[in-house]
Amino acid sequence: MKTPTHQESVEHLGECAQCPNSSSKAQVDLDDTGRRRFLNYLLGTGLGATLIAIFYPIIRFITPPQVIEATQNSVTAGKVSELALNSGKIFKFGNKPGILIRSASGEFKAFSAVCTHLDCIVQYEPEKRQIWCACHNGQYNLSGQNVGGPPPRPLEEYVVNTRGEEIVVSKA
Amino acid sequence: MNAETVRLWLDDRVGIGSIAAVARKKEIPVHRHSIWYYFGGMTLFLFSVQVGTGILLLLYYRPSAETAFESVQFIVTEVKFGWLIRSVHSWSANLMIATLFIHMFSVYFMSAYRRPREMTWLSGVLLLFLAVGFGFSGYLLPWNKLAFFATKVGTEIAGVIPVVGRPMLRFLRGGDDVTGATLTRFFGFHVAVLPAIATVIIGTHLALVQMHGMSVPPGLAGQNIKKMKFFPNFFLRDLIGWVLAIGALAALAALFPWELGEKADAFASAPAGIRPEWYFLFMFQTLKLIPPKILSFDGEVLGILAFGVGGLMLFIVPFLDKPGKPRRKRVFTAIGVIVVLYIVALTIIGYLG
Repeated sequence: MKTPTHQESVEHLGECAQCPNSSSKAQVDLDDTGRRRFLNYLLGTGLGATLIAIFYPIIRFITPPQVIEATQNSVTAGKVSELALNSGKIFKFGNKPGILIRSASGEFKAFSAVCTHLDCIVQYEPEKRQIWCACHNGQYNLSGQNVGGPPPRPLEEYVVNTRGEEIVVSKA
Repeated sequence: MNAETVRLWLDDRVGIGSIAAVARKKEIPVHRHSIWYYFGGMTLFLFSVQVGTGILLLLYYRPSAETAFESVQFIVTEVKFGWLIRSVHSWSANLMIATLFIHMFSVYFMSAYRRPREMTWLSGVLLLFLAVGFGFSGYLLPWNKLAFFATKVGTEIAGVIPVVGRPMLRFLRGGDDVTGATLTRFFGFHVAVLPAIATVIIGTHLALVQMHGMSVPPGLAGQNIKKMKFFPNFFLRDLIGWVLAIGALAALAALFPWELGEKADAFASAPAGIRPEWYFLFMFQTLKLIPPKILSFDGEVLGILAFGVGGLMLFIVPFLDKPGKPRRKRVFTAIGVIVVLYIVALTIIGYLG
């Protein structure tokens, strides 16, 4: 609802008690609306600042902090003896899962185990000799290429080196 | 001091007479579609079962990645009737979603969202999303493998939304990955945030239903429709339904106790045969069948956005379908039938596949 300005209320009363003469009437009204506008401005900015002071910390609080981790470029994913031919295992690459595969011909391959579709963890399917995601039936070949189901991109491939018995996986 | 003195004393101070007057005045139309009037009350009843059993579970549940699974295991193996309380909570949640869907579709097909009930419909759609939020957050709490992957996929879906997706994903997960931080957050949503919001919206929804009374389907308008007193006639019929529901819950909990599964492991492959709760199954199956690329867009992004738009469309139904336009009404009925058929068909395929 619009509140009546001083001028309007004065006009309503028909006379101006605060105005010594009619010529200064407009001047006083102008001063008064200016004062009102100034007070509204103070109140408005004060209220706005208070709301920002309340909600800014809350919004920052509910946003989880970025955890800075030592970037790991290589990791020992397992031992040669623990992987049979045509099998795979999940290993930890920092805080992400990776998949290490020993193909039927004995070759080692390693990829990110995070399905590019919707973040599930893939597995090796020995019967079909492919990488499979159980969540939405995504399929990848042994080069990490998405060959079936909904995944839109290939799996990230890692470099595999064997140092004696140890299998070392590193980012390309 | 007799009962009448107590009643008068109370009426003087809290005005119980006016509540009784409202109950006396409320009437329910009796016609061939009256059966659908029971499903709102049934949903409310099952919600109250959720509140009761949820509070009981809180006495033992411990919300952290290290203790959550073990505490639920303790509830179902050691605590007396713990298996019953936990199973009733899970079953009642599922039945509540089912009755909510029935309630929503019956309101939809009977055009009960039309003027002056647009806000009742809006509050109801909000309650649908809240119920899904309850289901999604509660599903993670036992911290088992299925829950872990369901949460990974569900939050990743939120992350697909352009611009706001990534911050929303981090907000939901409490970080970049699904971890103990996610569990703690979901626990907070499930037992504090969502119940607080639900209390306000359920209150509004019920107040609006009282204010406008029950809607009579447009097809029956103008006919001489019989009325039934809400109290006690309709209320007692409601009560029979609720007693049957208690029986059904007890039977389901005893015959098909809710499984706990294996503890979540962030470094294990998703188990074969994994699938979400039935009410997410039609969306899950769609995401499974959608091709990876549609034109130059990621298929799953388009699928998820389509479901998002579909959900938002629910809000504006009462503003599009207005009385006096029978052809438009037929279009809405057809859309409703197609949606129901789609949900049913994809759910069945999801179960078979």
